[in-house]
Amino acid sequence: MTETPGRPASNLPPLSLHIPEPRYRPGDTPDFGDIAIPAVDATPRPGEATKPDAMRDLCYGLVRVLDFDGQAKGPWDPKLTPDRLRAMLRYMMLVRAFDDRMFRAQRQGKTSFYMKSTGEEATSVASTMAIDRSDMCFPSYRQQGILIVRDYPLIQMMNQIYSNRGDHLLGRQLPIMYSAPEHGFFSISGNLATQYPQAVGWAMASASKGDNRIATVWCGEGSSAEGDFHSALTFATVYNAPVIFNVVNNQWAISSFSGFAGGERTTFAARAVGYGIAGLRVDGNDPLAVYAATQWAADRARTNNGPTLIEHFTYRAEGHSTSDDPSAYRAADEATAWPFGDPIARLAQHLETLGEWDGERQEALRKELDDLVKTTQKQSEKLGILGHGMHQPFETMFQDVFEEMPWHLKEQSKQMLAEQEAKFGPNWKPE
Amino acid sequence: MNMIEAINSAMDVMLGRDDKMVVMGEDVGFFGGVFRATAGLQKKHGKTRVFDTPINECGIIGVAVGMGAYGLRPVPEIQFADYIYPGLDQLVSEAARLRYRSAGDFICPMTVRTPFGGGIFGGQTHSQSPESIMTHICGVKTVIPSNPYDAKGLLIAAIEDNDPVVFLEPKRIYNGPFSGYYDRPVEPWSKHEASAVPEDYYCIELGKAATVRAGEALTILAYGTMVHVTKTIVEEMGVDAEIIDLRTLLPLDIDAIETSVKKTGRCLIIHEATRTSGFGAELAALVQERCFYHLEAPVERVTGFDTPYPHSLEWAYFPGPVRIATALTKILKD
Repeated sequence: MTETPGRPASNLPPLSLHIPEPRYRPGDTPDFGDIAIPAVDATPRPGEATKPDAMRDLCYGLVRVLDFDGQAKGPWDPKLTPDRLRAMLRYMMLVRAFDDRMFRAQRQGKTSFYMKSTGEEATSVASTMAIDRSDMCFPSYRQQGILIVRDYPLIQMMNQIYSNRGDHLLGRQLPIMYSAPEHGFFSISGNLATQYPQAVGWAMASASKGDNRIATVWCGEGSSAEGDFHSALTFATVYNAPVIFNVVNNQWAISSFSGFAGGERTTFAARAVGYGIAGLRVDGNDPLAVYAATQWAADRARTNNGPTLIEHFTYRAEGHSTSDDPSAYRAADEATAWPFGDPIARLAQHLETLGEWDGERQEALRKELDDLVKTTQKQSEKLGILGHGMHQPFETMFQDVFEEMPWHLKEQSKQMLAEQEAKFGPNWKPE
Repeated sequence: MNMIEAINSAMDVMLGRDDKMVVMGEDVGFFGGVFRATAGLQKKHGKTRVFDTPINECGIIGVAVGMGAYGLRPVPEIQFADYIYPGLDQLVSEAARLRYRSAGDFICPMTVRTPFGGGIFGGQTHSQSPESIMTHICGVKTVIPSNPYDAKGLLIAAIEDNDPVVFLEPKRIYNGPFSGYYDRPVEPWSKHEASAVPEDYYCIELGKAATVRAGEALTILAYGTMVHVTKTIVEEMGVDAEIIDLRTLLPLDIDAIETSVKKTGRCLIIHEATRTSGFGAELAALVQERCFYHLEAPVERVTGFDTPYPHSLEWAYFPGPVRIATALTKILKD
């Protein structure tokens, strides 16, 4: 019996508050045997014009193409040519080589921060390959694969990471927060999910102008809890915006597992159901499934059939960033226990089963890409690294706050220049 | 034209001149806005140029950022300034910083229009004056007109501006200038020379204050509704005050302020917003820094009180005739 002052006695048990808890913590042996893995041909592929309410099951299933023996099967097989598959493999391997080297550069003190996308390369590489180059991408912070696929110069990525004198963002942004309009890559914010309504606005603008370009946007499953995410889905469904929403469910938002974003109760793809938009849940470690789902959503958007939400069910094999230590909060071998394997290994295996690839070529490509990244890194470091000298003229601090500098910023700029002159002398030049 | 008609005319003119401009917000389309500021615009310019939105300020401003990135020139309306807070992250962290963080790769040429201020029995959720929050954001311009002629010219300049602008419309004076005496009838704008608003295009440069009344005894800095309240009290008391209508708070016309205060030697700042950390604090500091040796009395502020805007006690909150007269007497005696 519980008694609350002012209320009659009740024989109800007291209420209890549920605090989600991941299944495995450091020291535990992870076992993902209970994750439902439907067969590769179990998930139907509806037509691109199908109404969302006729395809709700796709929000709870899993679009798969590659089986674990490396065979491509089922209705979602995008039937890519071997050349296209090899290009996809190369891009994913380049992302990994780039990540590994930049991670090391951060550990060597050459920059402040880095974020790897290890294990999630397919979610940016394969999805970018499935859209047009003229489509606009609104990335989160783990989609370096977009720039790699669109052949953005690696040295420019590194210059940005080092905030050196080649950094076209003038050292203003955290490492990896790139901006490349000519490559259809929107400037990255540090505030989570803010790009979601922006992508919808871009897509609405494209539609209102009778353009044929669409927008794609990415966020993690953790930040799908942000209000901006829900604002974006509301606007997208209201205006039938030509946009693809990607939710990269890599299971971890820094140290918070996906349960804190609502993942214990339902899938992230199922968010689409409540908004009346199409939703797909995809094996994010299967590059062909990611490609096929994105191509489907792009065709849908481009034919005025509206937005699609794609949940990429994947796993963050590394820490959140160089500032994170995942061994403090999750079981050590979760990544290897993850039942969907590694996206690069799975694509290489597929090419091998086709007779279009072998271990020797894989190793040669790995070495070629490592060398490319290493050579580029040397070139970039000639332009400076973070913390070793100052690489931009001081007055750039005050530029671009407004199109034209108002009087108060001119005054503050003058004050700052006087301070720097007192410190470094009048002839100081950026290194 | 009254102020609403002038604001409507500014958008009408610009929708006709620039096919990249779009107007969006709650109820702005078919209905023409709860204050009628967008009346007739959808019918004339089409549904894709002027349209209703969900009740979602984060979405309204966030979507406008994306539209700006595409190359459009969005003019979102937030129905009351009190509702801008759910959209503030998109304004502060996104719109305001986009040019800076992308080194000019992307810009955000949006003008967020929103009615603000009290005096309409709007209670604590329809009466706030958030201008000092706006001026504290790096990368946003803040504009506040005080009459129909200025409203049209400033709004056109704001829409043409390539930076994000927050255009705060003092709703108490939409239909006519307000004397500060709530129990007196409101004189319509038609009896005021500022209602002579050209139908065609013209603009008023942002960052330029207007001298409402020249004088020698003191300088009064005001904007929006308070320009008219101040003018009434000054005329009633027969004080030889110079009244400066700031018109844009950022960029601020510091030259006009400095020249006037150095001439009169006294400065009174008047705003309706709450006092602590209000824009008056910034103005007082600037005047003190630049005009200290010319001052013959301490800089005074007349403001709203540091409480939420009260419904039934609205006129006790409002910086009206008594508060202004008391301050004037004090500053002129010092």
